[in-house]
Amino acid sequence: MRGSTRLIGAVAGAMALALTATACGGGDDEGGGGGDGVIRASWGDPQHPLEPANTNEVQGGKVLDMIFRGLKRYDPETGEAEDAMAESIETDDQQTFTVTIKDGWTFSDGTQVTANSYVDAWNYGAHVDNAQIGSYFFQFIDGYEDVHPADENAEATADTMRGLEVVDDHTFTVRLTEPFSLWPETLGYAAYAPLPRSFFEDHDTWLDKPVGNGPYKIDSYSRSQSMTLSKYDEYAGDDEARNNGVELRVYTDNNTAYTDLQAGNLDLIDDVPASQLQNAEQDLGDRYINQPAGIIQTVSFPLYDDDWKGEDGKRLRQGLSMAIDREQITSRIFHDTRTPASDFTSPVLGEAGGYDEGLCGDVCEYDPERARELIDEAGGLPGGSITITSNVDTGSHRQWMDAVCNSINNALDDTKACTVNPVPTFADFRNQITNREMSGMFRTGWQMDYPLIQNFLQPLYYTDASSNDSGYSNEEFDRLIDEANSEDSEEDAIGTFQEAERILAEDLPAIPLWYQNGTAGYSERLEDVRLNPFSVPVFTDITVS
Amino acid sequence: MGRYVIRRLLQMIPVFIGATFIIFMMVYALGDPVSALFGDRGPDPATARALREEFNLDKPVWQQYLLYMGKIFSGDFGTAFNGQPVTELMERAFPISFRLMLVALVFEVILGIVLGVITGLRRGRSLDTSVLVLTLVVIAIPTFVLGTTAQYFFGVEFGWIDPAVSPDARVDELIVPGLILSLVSLAYVTRLTRTSVAENARADYIRTAIAKGLPRRRVTVRHLLRNSLIPVVTYLGADIGTLMAGAIVTERIFNIQGVGYQLYQGILRQNSPTVVGFVVVLVLIFLLANLLVDLLYAVLDPRIRYA
Repeated sequence: MRGSTRLIGAVAGAMALALTATACGGGDDEGGGGGDGVIRASWGDPQHPLEPANTNEVQGGKVLDMIFRGLKRYDPETGEAEDAMAESIETDDQQTFTVTIKDGWTFSDGTQVTANSYVDAWNYGAHVDNAQIGSYFFQFIDGYEDVHPADENAEATADTMRGLEVVDDHTFTVRLTEPFSLWPETLGYAAYAPLPRSFFEDHDTWLDKPVGNGPYKIDSYSRSQSMTLSKYDEYAGDDEARNNGVELRVYTDNNTAYTDLQAGNLDLIDDVPASQLQNAEQDLGDRYINQPAGIIQTVSFPLYDDDWKGEDGKRLRQGLSMAIDREQITSRIFHDTRTPASDFTSPVLGEAGGYDEGLCGDVCEYDPERARELIDEAGGLPGGSITITSNVDTGSHRQWMDAVCNSINNALDDTKACTVNPVPTFADFRNQITNREMSGMFRTGWQMDYPLIQNFLQPLYYTDASSNDSGYSNEEFDRLIDEANSEDSEEDAIGTFQEAERILAEDLPAIPLWYQNGTAGYSERLEDVRLNPFSVPVFTDITVS
Repeated sequence: MGRYVIRRLLQMIPVFIGATFIIFMMVYALGDPVSALFGDRGPDPATARALREEFNLDKPVWQQYLLYMGKIFSGDFGTAFNGQPVTELMERAFPISFRLMLVALVFEVILGIVLGVITGLRRGRSLDTSVLVLTLVVIAIPTFVLGTTAQYFFGVEFGWIDPAVSPDARVDELIVPGLILSLVSLAYVTRLTRTSVAENARADYIRTAIAKGLPRRRVTVRHLLRNSLIPVVTYLGADIGTLMAGAIVTERIFNIQGVGYQLYQGILRQNSPTVVGFVVVLVLIFLLANLLVDLLYAVLDPRIRYA
C-alpha cells in the first residue's frame, strides 16, 4: 500500500504541474490578445471569400459591415436607409438615378473613393465569369442580362452593364430595366460596396487582406482562424468607431465561445448556442440580447403538385396553418428567441416600413377546431397523411418540426397525420427543392437582403422569382408588385405592397411560422452593445472599459 | 529488413488509390454541393454553372477523380469553397493535430503503462480494483461529457486554463485536451498492459531471472515489461491514426482547428477536395504507423525477424 500512495502522489503531482503550466500559458495569452479598448468577439469561418458581392451569410457580412461603407447605411435602430457615402440620389422617373457621392472618402490604402470605385465594383459583382453568389443584387440594372444571362449555358455578351455610366469623379448614373421606386433604399447592402483598384489589379493579395473604406481596417487576417481590425483614423463617415478595434476569433463550436465568454476570455458572442438559451438570462443577466432580426421562417407547399392545387388545396393549407400552435413552440423550444408570425414580413421593418402585425388574420392563429373543419371540407389530407421536410444537419430543425407535427396531430386527433421527413444535408435539401421534388410541406426561411417590404415579397412569391420555391403564381399579386415598384412615393409603394401581401394571406402559398430573433451575449467590459436588423453587432457603437 | 520495408511501401500504393477512390465516391454520393452555397435562396443557374466549372463539378465523376489525382501528384490538393487551398489548410491543421496526438500519446504511454505494470503486479489488491473500476468508468462516459465538464471546471470555475485553445495551439494549451483525448485509450492501454504483465509474471524466464538474483527493478523493466509490450505497441500504433483523425469531438469542445475540425467542416460543406485531401494524408499516416509497429516487434522480440 505504501507504493500505491506514493504513486497517487506522483500522478497528482504531475497533473498539478500540467495544470499550472497551462494556467501560465493562459495568463500570457490574455496579455497578448485583446489590448486596450479592443473588443474580442467570436466569429465563424466565412463560407466564401470575403468579396462584397460574394457574401450571403452573417459571418462574412460581419466583416464587410466593418470594413465597407456603401452609398447608404441602415440605421441599426430603425432599419431605415440613411445616406452614408451618398450626397444625393436623384430621379424623375423612378428608373434613371443620378448618384452623387461625397468628397473626401478614402480606402484604407490611401486611394480615393470615386464614382469608378462603385461602377467597377458593381460590374465585377454582376459578371457571370466571376461567379459571385450575390450577383442577383444587380439584376435591376439595365444590361444585367448581357453580363449575366439567365440561361444556364449562355455566355456573357458584354463586359459591363450599359445601365451604369460614370459622369465625373463623384457622379454616376444608373438606369434600371424598369421603374423601382425603392431602389435607392436597397443600396445599404454590402454587395453594393465600392472597391479599390487593388481589388482588380492584384486580386489574391487583396483577398489575403481586404481593403475597404469603412470605419475599421484589417491589420491581420489569418484565414479560418482570426482577424484583427483597428479603427481607421481617416474614416470620413459619421459613425466612426468608439473603440480601438476588434479581434475576431473563429470558434469551431459556439458552445466553446459561450464557455470562453463565461471565463472572461471573450467579450462578445453573437449567437448564443441553442443549448444555453435557457441559462443565458441567468448567466448573463442584462448582458444577454434577444431582439428581432430580419428573418422569417415559413413552411411552403409544392403548388406544382396536384394535391395542393385549387380551392381544396387552399383550404388544406389554411387548415394546417391553424393547426400549428406557434405560441407554445416558440416558448418551449426556442425559449422566446422566436416570435409567432402574423404576417409575411418582419418586425424589423417597423410599422412605417410595412410590417403589419396581424395582417395574416385568423389563418395564422391557432384554432384546432376550425383547422379540423377546413381539412374535412377539403376532403381530408392528401393520401391520409402529410410530411414536413427539411435538412436536419444544422439548427434545431428536427425539434421544431417534431413539435409542428405533434401540434397538427393533436389538432386532427390522428397520431399519423403528420410525419417528419428529415434530409441529411442542406445541399441535398436545396437540390430537392430546386428540382421540384417535394410532395408535402417543406421548410423555407428568408433572411432579408435589405429592410424593405419588397424584399420579403417579390423574390419569394412573384411568378418565377429566384426563390419562389413553392411555384406560386398569381396575376393580381404580380400586378400589384409591379405597381408598387413604380409608385412615386415610398408611402404609396408600401401601401400597395401590403395590398399584395393580403393576397398571400388569402392564397397562403406558405405558412408564416415565426420571426427569428438575433441573440448575443457580452462581457462586463463592454457597453452599448446591440444588434442591427441583420443580427450583426453594431461594433462601431460599442465602448470598452 | 530493407527488402521487407520496400515491399511494405509498395503495398501502400494500391491501398492508397483504393482509399482515395472510395472516399471520393462517398463525398460525391452526397449530392451536388453548389446549391447549398446560396443559402435558403434559389440558386441562380448561371452562377451555379460557373461555380461548378470552377470546382470541376460539371464533369462526370470518373473524370473528376482522374483530374483530382493528377493534380495531387503535382502537389495541388484543390481549394475549399472559401477559396483557400487545401494544402494551406493541411499545413495548419496537421501540425496541430500532431501535437495533440503526441500529448495524448505521452499520457497513454506513461500513465497507461505505469498503471498497467503496477496493477498487473498487484493483482487483486485494492489499488488494482480501484484502477480497474476507474478505467471502466472512463470507457463508459462519452468524451463529450468528460471534455465539457473538464473545460467548465478548469476553465470557468477554477480559471486554471483557457477554455478555448488559441489558433497557435501551443503544447501547454493542449495538455488538458490531450488528457481528455487520451482517456479512453489510456484505459485500454492500462488494461492491456495489466493482463499482459500478469500473464508473463508467471512465466519461466521471470522465475529464472529472479532465481539468478537479478534486482527486482531490472527483472520488471528488462524482462517482464519488454515481453509484455507487444500487444500494447500494436494498440498504440493503430491508435496514432485514430487520435489524429478521431479527435473531432475533443477538437470541437476545445476550439482546436485541427484535422477533425477541418474534416467536419469539409463534410458539412460537401467539399470533396478538403475531405479527400485530409483522408489521403490520414491513410498515409495509418499505413506508416502500422509499418513502424511491425518493425518495432523485431526490436522488442528478438525471435521476430524480417527478411
